[in-house]
Amino acid sequence: MIPEHTGSRATRIIGALTLAGFAVVLVLALVVSPPDQVQGDAARLIYLHVPVAIAMNLGFGLNALGSAMWLWKKSRWWDTLAVSAAEVGLVFTALTLVTGMIWGRPTWGVYWTWDARLTSFSLLFLMYLGYLVVRRLPADLEVRNRRSAFVALLSFVDVPIVYFSVTWWRSLHQSATISLNTTISGSMLFTLFVSMAVFVACFAWLLLHRFRVAWLEDEVETKGLDLAISERRAEALVVP
Amino acid sequence: MTNGGYVLAGYTIVFGTLIGYTVRILLRGRSLSKQLPPEDRRWM
Repeated sequence: MIPEHTGSRATRIIGALTLAGFAVVLVLALVVSPPDQVQGDAARLIYLHVPVAIAMNLGFGLNALGSAMWLWKKSRWWDTLAVSAAEVGLVFTALTLVTGMIWGRPTWGVYWTWDARLTSFSLLFLMYLGYLVVRRLPADLEVRNRRSAFVALLSFVDVPIVYFSVTWWRSLHQSATISLNTTISGSMLFTLFVSMAVFVACFAWLLLHRFRVAWLEDEVETKGLDLAISERRAEALVVP
Repeated sequence: MTNGGYVLAGYTIVFGTLIGYTVRILLRGRSLSKQLPPEDRRWM
């Protein structure tokens, strides 16, 4: 029997691992990991900020991949992946923005400043919000998919700009947290890596469910349209 | 804990948002599933 929900064996396994992982992350981030020498306990926000930013990039990468593949293959599967990844990615973008602002207040003294990273990032947020708006504009299915695919690919141009903005321009934002020359101490780096793995698992779990919801939405819409057409045809056949 | 308020706010917002979004997706999935026959609930 097919259940009346979007869960499956895969989502149950990933979900259980994610929940257990979050418990471990909370202990590592709030109890085990020491405060930073310069930032103090505000550094504990990095265990959220960097992982949600990675999940966000995964979302936008998959959105671009799905959009490009739809333009090539015209497959419903790729379009569904694109829209699902964009929405989940946008949630993680909002979280990256908010955690960054909260971290910025005790570290920089301000919640917000119009520097290169923050400005290009807020533009990224608005562009993907625009992508979801374009998806909802009334249009033929093929037209909707094509124009949203172009908006997605255009929006993705901003992703590397956001990443490299701290090296291309003078920025208040620090350079990449994790690199080959990273100087983060062992337990802090370990906590960060565990948190990254758990947030990626959380992203995967949300994406699987959101994909299935998007698939069902299209099914319901198509069924509704089919029903309306058959009702019209039946009306036309009735002899006055 | 120094800056405890900021840390607490950050963790509360992140986990609160993720819980809220999860509930929204799961409820939407259940509601849509009920509108369709089993053969249309395959997503591959």
